[in-house]
Amino acid sequence: MTRGITHIGNILVAIALSVTTLAAAPSRTEGLAAWQQVYSVLTHPRCINCHTATNHPDQGDDRHRHVFNVVRGPAGQGVPGLQCATCHQRSNASTGIPGAPGWRLAPLSMQWQSADGRMFSGARVCRSVTNRSTNGHLDGPALLEHHAQAPLVRWAFEPGHLPYGNAFTVPPLTHEAFVSATRIWVEAGTPCP
Amino acid sequence: MATYTITVNGQNRSVAVDPDTPLLWVLREELRLTGTKYGCGVAACGACTVLAGGIPTRSCVLPISLVGAREVTTIEAMAHDAVGRVVQDAWVATDVVQCGYCQSGQIITAVALLKRVNNPDDTAIEQGMGANLCRCGTYVRIRQAIKTAAQQLQQGRTR
Repeated sequence: MTRGITHIGNILVAIALSVTTLAAAPSRTEGLAAWQQVYSVLTHPRCINCHTATNHPDQGDDRHRHVFNVVRGPAGQGVPGLQCATCHQRSNASTGIPGAPGWRLAPLSMQWQSADGRMFSGARVCRSVTNRSTNGHLDGPALLEHHAQAPLVRWAFEPGHLPYGNAFTVPPLTHEAFVSATRIWVEAGTPCP
Repeated sequence: MATYTITVNGQNRSVAVDPDTPLLWVLREELRLTGTKYGCGVAACGACTVLAGGIPTRSCVLPISLVGAREVTTIEAMAHDAVGRVVQDAWVATDVVQCGYCQSGQIITAVALLKRVNNPDDTAIEQGMGANLCRCGTYVRIRQAIKTAAQQLQQGRTR
């Protein structure tokens, strides 16, 4: 009898724990709200200037075409004679040239705007970001790691200063908040609007 | 001030400068390698182009503190470079130069282009060389000289 009551008690505790664990996972609504936060970062100039649909990057908060006629090149790193690394180093330069390891354009599969510069909707960007056939085979956890660790992503939150001393503007979230929002979105199953 | 040891044209050179000093001024004022020119100071013209780790690099915006272990190659070394020699000869044969101020950057960039692309077409030349400005307008002859050099390199010509 006592053993049976103990066994039933153990079962009830296990059920309670599993319900608690399930309740901790974000809901689809929470995931969508988190995605909106993520989207607000992805469409900031520090990010979208290199997620173009053209053969060139943009620059500046007004997202004008990158000066000096730099072009994408076959690997998004410019062309022989005029590569991204011709000016952009592995870290921000005191001369005002931003830098990070692997400075380059995002692939065309990760374009988040039209060729004429109109930002895609949150739904469309979300579908693009979660499409493993075009996003570099990144699943949810890998997307989270990408947002947390990728040098070019991290650069957006510490972009340095312009040549004349003014600071580059930064996305609307801190990197920590961006990663936190990404985590919620991933744990909710990466829902898209 | 800090002391930096960089490799320039195959030689280790030590300089004591401020970490933010652009490589251009280290080359010109500390090492007296004045072949590399100051044109704009903001990476817009290409007159300051050198090779850093084999990549054409705007030395006017590269602080000495970021050079690291990359080998720096300037115009002074092009006469001893297999591709550089061919390019320089093509430049002379085509009579490219007018005032000459931009030409060290033009030649460095052309060498970098030809080391990566065997037979660059007009598009490759325009895209690769298009950010090296020439106020004298020698672009037509630059293009011609690059094609001449490419042809000679394909034929295996070295001095």
